[in-house]
Amino acid sequence: MDAILLQILNGLDKGSAYALIALGLTLIFGTLGVVNFAHGALFMIGAFCSVTVQRILTLSFETVDESQKDFLGNPLKVKTPYVESWFGPETGAAIIDWSVPIAILFAIPVMLAVGYIMERGLIKHFYKRPHADQILVTFGLAIVLQEVVKYFYGANPIPTGAPDVFKGSFDFGVMLGFEANAIIYPYWRLVYFGFAALIIGGVFSFLQFTTFGMVVRAGMADRETVGLLGINIDRRFTIMFGIAAAVAGLAGVMYAPINSPNYHMGMDFLVLSFVVVVVGGMGSLPGAVLAGFLLGILESFASMNEVKSLIPGIDQIIIYLVAILILLTRPRGLMGRKGVMEE
Amino acid sequence: MFGLDKKDTTMLLVVAIMALFAPFILNPFPADSAMAQFNAGYPDLMQRFVIFGIFAIGFNILFGLTGYLSFGHAAFLGVGSYSAVWMFKLLSMNVIPAILLSVVMAGLFALLIGFVSLRRSGIYFSILTLAFAQMSFNLAYSVLTPITNGETGLQLTLNDPRVLGVSQTADGSIPVTSLFGLEMRSTYEMHLGPWLFQFNAGYYLSALIMLASFYLAIRIFRSPFGMMLRAVKSNQQRMNYTGLNTRPYTLAAFVISGMYAGLAGGLMASMDPLAGAERMQWTASGEVVLMTILGGAGTLIGPVVGAGFIKYFENIFSKINDNVLHQWFAFMPDGLEDAMVFIVHPFIGKGWHLTLGILFMLVVIFLPGGLVEGGQKIAAWVRKKRNKGSDDTTTKTEPAE
Amino acid sequence: MSNSNVTRRGVLKTGTMVGAGVALPTIFTASSAAAYTNEPTGSSVTLGFNVPQTGPYADEGADELRAYELAVEHLNGGGDGGMMNTFSSKALQGNGILGKKVEFVTGDTQTKSDAARASAKSMIEKDGAVMITGGSSSGVAIAVQGLCQEAGVIFMAGLTHSNDTTGKDKKANGFRHFFNGYMSGAALAPVLKNLYGTDRNAYHLTADYTWGWTQEESIAAATEALGWNTVNKVRTPLAATDFSSYIAPVLNSGADVLVLNHYGGNMVNSLTNAVQFGLREKIVNGKQFEIVVPLYSRLMAKGAGENVKGIHGSTNWHWSLQDEASKAFVKSFGTKYGFPPSQAAHTVYCQTLLYADAAERAGTFNPCGIVEALEGYEFDGLGNGKTLYRAEDHQCFKDVLVVRGKENPTSEFDLLEVVEVTPAAQVTYAADHPMFAGGQLGTCNSGS
Repeated sequence: MDAILLQILNGLDKGSAYALIALGLTLIFGTLGVVNFAHGALFMIGAFCSVTVQRILTLSFETVDESQKDFLGNPLKVKTPYVESWFGPETGAAIIDWSVPIAILFAIPVMLAVGYIMERGLIKHFYKRPHADQILVTFGLAIVLQEVVKYFYGANPIPTGAPDVFKGSFDFGVMLGFEANAIIYPYWRLVYFGFAALIIGGVFSFLQFTTFGMVVRAGMADRETVGLLGINIDRRFTIMFGIAAAVAGLAGVMYAPINSPNYHMGMDFLVLSFVVVVVGGMGSLPGAVLAGFLLGILESFASMNEVKSLIPGIDQIIIYLVAILILLTRPRGLMGRKGVMEE
Repeated sequence: MFGLDKKDTTMLLVVAIMALFAPFILNPFPADSAMAQFNAGYPDLMQRFVIFGIFAIGFNILFGLTGYLSFGHAAFLGVGSYSAVWMFKLLSMNVIPAILLSVVMAGLFALLIGFVSLRRSGIYFSILTLAFAQMSFNLAYSVLTPITNGETGLQLTLNDPRVLGVSQTADGSIPVTSLFGLEMRSTYEMHLGPWLFQFNAGYYLSALIMLASFYLAIRIFRSPFGMMLRAVKSNQQRMNYTGLNTRPYTLAAFVISGMYAGLAGGLMASMDPLAGAERMQWTASGEVVLMTILGGAGTLIGPVVGAGFIKYFENIFSKINDNVLHQWFAFMPDGLEDAMVFIVHPFIGKGWHLTLGILFMLVVIFLPGGLVEGGQKIAAWVRKKRNKGSDDTTTKTEPAE
Repeated sequence: MSNSNVTRRGVLKTGTMVGAGVALPTIFTASSAAAYTNEPTGSSVTLGFNVPQTGPYADEGADELRAYELAVEHLNGGGDGGMMNTFSSKALQGNGILGKKVEFVTGDTQTKSDAARASAKSMIEKDGAVMITGGSSSGVAIAVQGLCQEAGVIFMAGLTHSNDTTGKDKKANGFRHFFNGYMSGAALAPVLKNLYGTDRNAYHLTADYTWGWTQEESIAAATEALGWNTVNKVRTPLAATDFSSYIAPVLNSGADVLVLNHYGGNMVNSLTNAVQFGLREKIVNGKQFEIVVPLYSRLMAKGAGENVKGIHGSTNWHWSLQDEASKAFVKSFGTKYGFPPSQAAHTVYCQTLLYADAAERAGTFNPCGIVEALEGYEFDGLGNGKTLYRAEDHQCFKDVLVVRGKENPTSEFDLLEVVEVTPAAQVTYAADHPMFAGGQLGTCNSGS
């Protein structure tokens, strides 16, 4: 029982990342009809926003410490971050400690801008082109983006820690009457889940309860008619692209402490998030979120030892197996509409 | 000739001549010059050009004709490779049975996957094929290691129980792949002044098979069957309304293109008897999609051009390093030399992915029909120029390989 | 079709005949004029450095390339000579190898066996390399080693830790300077015994591919010999990026030690996740919970940040070693590049020197001569004490380092501290050890 609860937690957590990325992908597909293979790269850029903020906050000046030697036997140059010298060691260290949450503030404008530029500079010219062309050009863009990141940050993962207060884990087991350590879960992952829920809720209420959102939803249903009503739907869709980029980026920012960001993390998520979108049903926002959590939980269950000993290698293929089964039984995915992307 | 019309015959002949003289065409620079870095006329790369050409031609039969975008074609290539290596291990080092088995196995595998995947169309079909291929890759890498040798890849060893042949040669090494005694790796080198040309048996066998595949592809494109597939692409619904069941046609196209992939895989293993799991990864499937679209989907020659383009970058650009750059720019004054190296540095060696990504984007943005369209545009432009009377321009067409 | 077939053959024959007058059939052919593959005829000799330049191990590959360039510089008489001065063999003169200037070509393995073989082939076929070296994974090493055996060139195997490289997949033309899974186990076991006692329950998380399996087998055998109990061995997919669902059940399994048989990005993530789950603060079975990472790499440890603190593992070499050879190498590498070399850099530097030295001693670049010169060769002064290249399996036997993540690093390179230098004798095993069984070395191939 406790093992199952634990894997549900894991699944929700994994699902959060899948759902956020898939949500952004679906927003772009639903509004603009574009298959964006660079979406994983946007997630990666978000994670590197965290890294960048951390780098900025730890910008240091060097003082020579004669008492210590560096690896060549020369006097050691000790680095002190400017932040620490400006605000005092304690406050400075605290600011650096909180660099990931601070990065959220940094990432929102950056990601909106990246999304806006991407849409105006590139995607705009591909609305009328076949999906294959869209895939190819965004895939090329994804390669370029990740190579640029690699050029500046290297190929190795870069540790980006969560604030100290979120280190360690929370003991659910004791709360629910199990023995101690039966169900423990890291604080930051709980934060991540909460954050994802917040963003998802935010996006849905934005679409549901604002005039802007209403117009966008109308546009998703029938772009032409909305255009004929004299509404500049293109402009709104551009903004939605920016928002989708920001959603992917924020997913990345907060993901950085969970696993150290590296330049190809976007590609690792890309295929998965496409599977999620299709399982959820192309163009369906609730479908994307539902499928994200569903696949996350199933993936977690498949990696349990009991399951693995029953079917060896099941954790390697579970996602794809589920995708195949769902597509064969529910042709348009969990919540998709008929006729979307079928030719 | 060969039941083709004049235009197709010309194309086939041009490809044949290109393939035949590839060792010359691809080695335009003297071996000791600084530009020798760009020479691609060595056996391994030439083999890769034609083998991936076959792979892309086969993929195009499915994608170019029916519009079904398979994202899992690498799985068939992998199956082909594994079958071929097993044939070398168990039966004989002759490439013929190995290639035959790889085509058959890939065909069966394609039949199975195609039968299931073709129940859906559009992106749903793509995801289904992707899922099957990723499952194959993940399992080949881990659970299926007894068959695939996992991460290391399936290799020949000194104790293979080869029924028709020896486990090891007299001097204690692993026998090499051959075609009735003609070793695939045997190469004649021809020194002509500062030039060095290499003629490799394996390459010519592959090129021959590529030409046969190309010929077959032309015949398919021009046949009533091909016409039917095109009809499926333009409007499957209408086809269904006329009471015609399109599934057998698409399935046949899927299996044929899977067999092409298996053939490519079998040839690859015949040239170099190793089969690695990463041949089946989604990136490998993506690569053939890129090759086809980049070259020009639906055109006959396009996929071959695209395959050559990508393989050229992978093998040539990744080998340029700063040392080479300094040699190139050595004629410049020091400061300028360093500046040039600094500018070019991010795009070569470890940056070859970046260059490839940028080129993808440029081609897709400016040449929607792929490189073939680029070639046609240039040809048309040249023709126009020539008509005006100025014939001093040189034709710059993409080499077929 | 048969028509064109005939013509092509005909043309091929004609071409061959035209070429025959000037042709030198060399590569891979039986009736060769050259004595062996790519015999250097000019005033220079070409080595092929085949390292990952793209993909997750690109930084490790970049560090290998730096070390190669340094080695070439030293071989050609440039720089301060580095470890050439401390090397026990004095055959190298600083005038290249056998009087020929050393040149090199580089390639990208992409950490894929196919790409690595393609790259190595182009070095052999196009650039005339007589030796291929480099790489950052066992799959690649084994694939390229097989190729070099067929082609008749020497392979010096960069970073590869799987038992198979000199076990069931060993080849006569290949040599390995790096240590292996068995050695990690043998070196770690006594240290773990001292630290954590003999009554422990270990839980293995293992990357689900050949390297992971051989390491898991080695470590489990070594710790079980101490009296440890292995609770479970769980395989994780190579593509996994989040290990939470594998780590979560560990605490409930009754295990009090977690062994992470992961490398590279897998290791960074699984260790980070394990620390996130607070495993290290837990008390299980009345003992402090511990994590062990059998194969450490400083470059990768950097990716895990402060999560490595206090965690034990083994490594091939570390820049903080205080012997003359290591100091000389760190000095010349550090002066040139501004930071200390990694173990990968050290390994490949040694291998380049060893290859050059073997060629000098053999008086030829002929692979068979070099194999003979390296087999059973004993030397000192390359940073790991007295070292032997065993003739039976071409594995190198030398001291192995047990390291620990440093609590108070003074710089970004100062991540690991050496806990113990395990002497070579303790990690040596019989050539017919069952973990290494199943392969044959074969005979050296010079391609002639």
